[in-house]
Amino acid sequence: MLRFVLRRIFLILPVLIGLTVIMFVIARVLPGDPVALAAGPNATRDEIARYAQEFGLDRPIWVQYWSYLTGLMQGDFGVSIFTRRPVATDLATYLPATLELVFAAMMLAIAIGIPAGLMAAVWRNRWPDYTSNVLSVAAISMPRFFLGLLLQLCFAMWLMWLPLGGRFPIIYEPPPFVTGFYTLDALFAGDWESFVVACRYLALPAIAMSLSPLATILRMMRASTIEVLHQDYVTTARALGLSPRLIVFKYVLRNAISSSLTVIGLYFGWLLGGTVLVETVFDWPGIGLYATSAIVAQDFMPVVSVALVIGFLFICANIVIDVLYGLINPKVRYQ
Amino acid sequence: MTALLDIRNLHLSMHSFDGEARVLAGISLTVQRGEIWGLVGETGCGKSVTGLSVSRLLRSPPAEYTQGQILFEGTDVLTRTEAQMLTLRGRHIGMIFQDPTTNLNPSFRIGTQLIDVALAAARHDSAILGVPTGAGRSARRVAARRLAVSMLEQVGIPDAEARLDDYPHQFSGGMRQRVLVAMALIGRPGLLIADEPTTALDVSVQAQILALLKSMVAAYDMGVVLITHNLGVVSQVCTHVAVMYAGTIVESGPRETVLDQPLHPYTQALLRAIPSRDVARGALQGLPGSVPDLINAPPGCRFAPRCPLVRPECLAAAPTSRQIAPQHHVACPVVSEARHA
Amino acid sequence: MTDVLQDAPRSARTERARRAWFRFRQSRLSVVGASMVLVVVFFTLFGNILAPYPEHVTGGVDTANRFQPPSLAHPFGTNELGQDVLSMVMAGTPVSVAAGFTVVAIGTILGTVVGALAGFNGGWIDDVLMRFSDLMLTIPSLILAMAVAAALGPGFGNMIVAISLVWWPGYARLVRGEVLQVREEVYVTAARALGASPVRVLFRHILPNVVSPIIVKMSLDMGFAILTVAALGFIGIGVRPPTPEWGTLLSISRSYMPDFWWTAVFPGLAMFLAVFGFNLLGDGLRDVLDPKARR
Repeated sequence: MLRFVLRRIFLILPVLIGLTVIMFVIARVLPGDPVALAAGPNATRDEIARYAQEFGLDRPIWVQYWSYLTGLMQGDFGVSIFTRRPVATDLATYLPATLELVFAAMMLAIAIGIPAGLMAAVWRNRWPDYTSNVLSVAAISMPRFFLGLLLQLCFAMWLMWLPLGGRFPIIYEPPPFVTGFYTLDALFAGDWESFVVACRYLALPAIAMSLSPLATILRMMRASTIEVLHQDYVTTARALGLSPRLIVFKYVLRNAISSSLTVIGLYFGWLLGGTVLVETVFDWPGIGLYATSAIVAQDFMPVVSVALVIGFLFICANIVIDVLYGLINPKVRYQ
Repeated sequence: MTALLDIRNLHLSMHSFDGEARVLAGISLTVQRGEIWGLVGETGCGKSVTGLSVSRLLRSPPAEYTQGQILFEGTDVLTRTEAQMLTLRGRHIGMIFQDPTTNLNPSFRIGTQLIDVALAAARHDSAILGVPTGAGRSARRVAARRLAVSMLEQVGIPDAEARLDDYPHQFSGGMRQRVLVAMALIGRPGLLIADEPTTALDVSVQAQILALLKSMVAAYDMGVVLITHNLGVVSQVCTHVAVMYAGTIVESGPRETVLDQPLHPYTQALLRAIPSRDVARGALQGLPGSVPDLINAPPGCRFAPRCPLVRPECLAAAPTSRQIAPQHHVACPVVSEARHA
Repeated sequence: MTDVLQDAPRSARTERARRAWFRFRQSRLSVVGASMVLVVVFFTLFGNILAPYPEHVTGGVDTANRFQPPSLAHPFGTNELGQDVLSMVMAGTPVSVAAGFTVVAIGTILGTVVGALAGFNGGWIDDVLMRFSDLMLTIPSLILAMAVAAALGPGFGNMIVAISLVWWPGYARLVRGEVLQVREEVYVTAARALGASPVRVLFRHILPNVVSPIIVKMSLDMGFAILTVAALGFIGIGVRPPTPEWGTLLSISRSYMPDFWWTAVFPGLAMFLAVFGFNLLGDGLRDVLDPKARR
């Protein structure tokens, strides 16, 4: 098990290098003049050249790439040519916000999707199944940004139950930094009021984010439960008088969850890259919003770095899932 | 005396895309305690479906019982509710299936699985666990664990106490089948239905499992329905045989009678198809033709298209089963006449 | 099963088709999905012609009638420029569907070529191509598409290039997997043993077997492609106004919520319903065409 994990961690490295290469190539091969854009509309040719020199953008691409790579080893993610701030600092500010959003959304999706999928399979081809089937296709079809807008319209604008956007009221000090998750930090600080406030801000974006993973987990869970229900050991359990409740909630659940885990891992990575839209709608100060503004400005370092971080977390999520998979399946564990 | 199991004229249909398949067309079978019935037939003849019907394990739809009764200790299981069936399964009717690799849940220790079956069987009958009726949860759990250990010992698993915490994949195929035997018998059922319990095992292990079954049956005074396609298995352990063909029982009776003096042409053909040392080379015979389609089956005898003795009346109506000798029933008009002549 | 094989291949095939059609009709949702897709196709072909205010679609404004709530004259109301929202939504259909379809088509062709090359050749070609597509799958696709679209500049063609670039790896993996499986089938080995050229084997024996899963994936992907197009429009790096693209319409009308909610809600609903239709259809097709995914 340990060797397996180490091997997987070791294999991350080439993937990350490949990732930076692709992003670099795309950035430099494509047309567009980021330096001119960053220097401003009134910049002269000389000014632009000086600007390029300052950021080392006049060097050949492979030199730039090498210096980026060596910088990475020391935790240096480069500098934004737009804000002139180090990308590492920005990432440290924005990443926790995105992670908090993604974790909250995934927790919602798992907490509802797994039991609902189990129930849909148990009541297969009856109304709970049909209902959840239609709703889950609808949820997958729902553009997240449109859902976000609808939620804002209903709960923030008309009913005024929840804030429209942002992460925390500007006039207040956020809870002291421990994890970077405002909800958790508020709890650590014992600040119940801040916790409630943070949750209220988190609610709508997390719901908007969670709908499609919820539906996918539900469908996956339904499919794998149906498969497990067809297994011989379920027939044996039924034949020997175990109650349906015990069979479903104890024996079937564990086997069905393990095949749904893969989807959960995939979705975790996918959501990290997909926060862009929700963060835009809700003004959530995460890396999606950060990447968007950098992309619009053609400010390249932040974009490469965001892609790198998301790719890294995506791979990590998959390793974690593989480990969990092993923990649930005794056969894998003992090998 | 009421029979342990008395299946009377059971008809079962399955609904599918192509129409209604009459899977069982009038099965009758009586099993007493102490008897081991071999239910023999080709794949798809309805023997497994018969076994599953006794515990009402077929989903309906698609399964639909159109006629007949399955009397277990005098009451019809077909009229019981699912909740009533729960009290029957495991406690009064035990089952063993074919493949020991797929019939144990791979994600749980075998102890967990055995204990849960024991607790389920003891739901309405604490005596099984050897604890008083009002015993608390933990007392029942401890008793169930003790019972599981003793069952594993009885089926011949060494070091039972420690092996309780092992997962199924840590056992060999034969050992797993022993665990499944222990699981089926932990509720002390009166009736055991064993569906091809040795088919998936090595020949040497097969004999061990059969011997185990035989000794357990004797120890607990059970009635057994042993479903198999292997007449060798029947001759090793069974006291009685019922031969099935395409959803009907064509011949049934005490083992010696049926195997030594088979009357029905299908039974005779089946016995001729078994290779043995006594049979000279070339004497082994296959049966021409194939099993009929159960959908839109013609009204007459289902074996008629392949039968060497077929007569016009065989095609008109399904033959009724007649008693020819004590306990020996044959569903073939031709044979009974031949016998009387 | 054996009796099916004994029949002549043609009758077995028509029998399969008959059963598939039966199953498809059986599931009411797939029929609903198919009907919704038909409606979408109808508006793709005739949306521009049928729009009640065609002059608005081409950029005409009617500032005197700004922000009219839904009424008989304007069932979906009017927007900040006095344009009829219904007309804009109808005229948006061809934009989204054409973009979605082109992206999926390019993705399919590219992915099929890469996947078939990798699966059929094996060895280092397989390794290189598959490592590359795995890498592409690790990069967050929306961010990559956004970056490419931003670098290329706004416009319909650029947007399609950007999305297609991130769209093919899924198909490459799918096709490669199927090819690897089919390649080992007896009839393919037989064809090769009889001296059929690799190209012939690929087109005659392997690709026909891959068609069903590809069709299923395409119909499911149509929905996601339309969503991605709309997402780029929403961020503001896709199609630019006055082209009536749903995502762009939504992003503009955002600022006029909640008072003029109809300007945002109706384009969003159109988008949702179109994607919903494709997904229902794709689900139904998968149940019918892909026996592995069934149950």
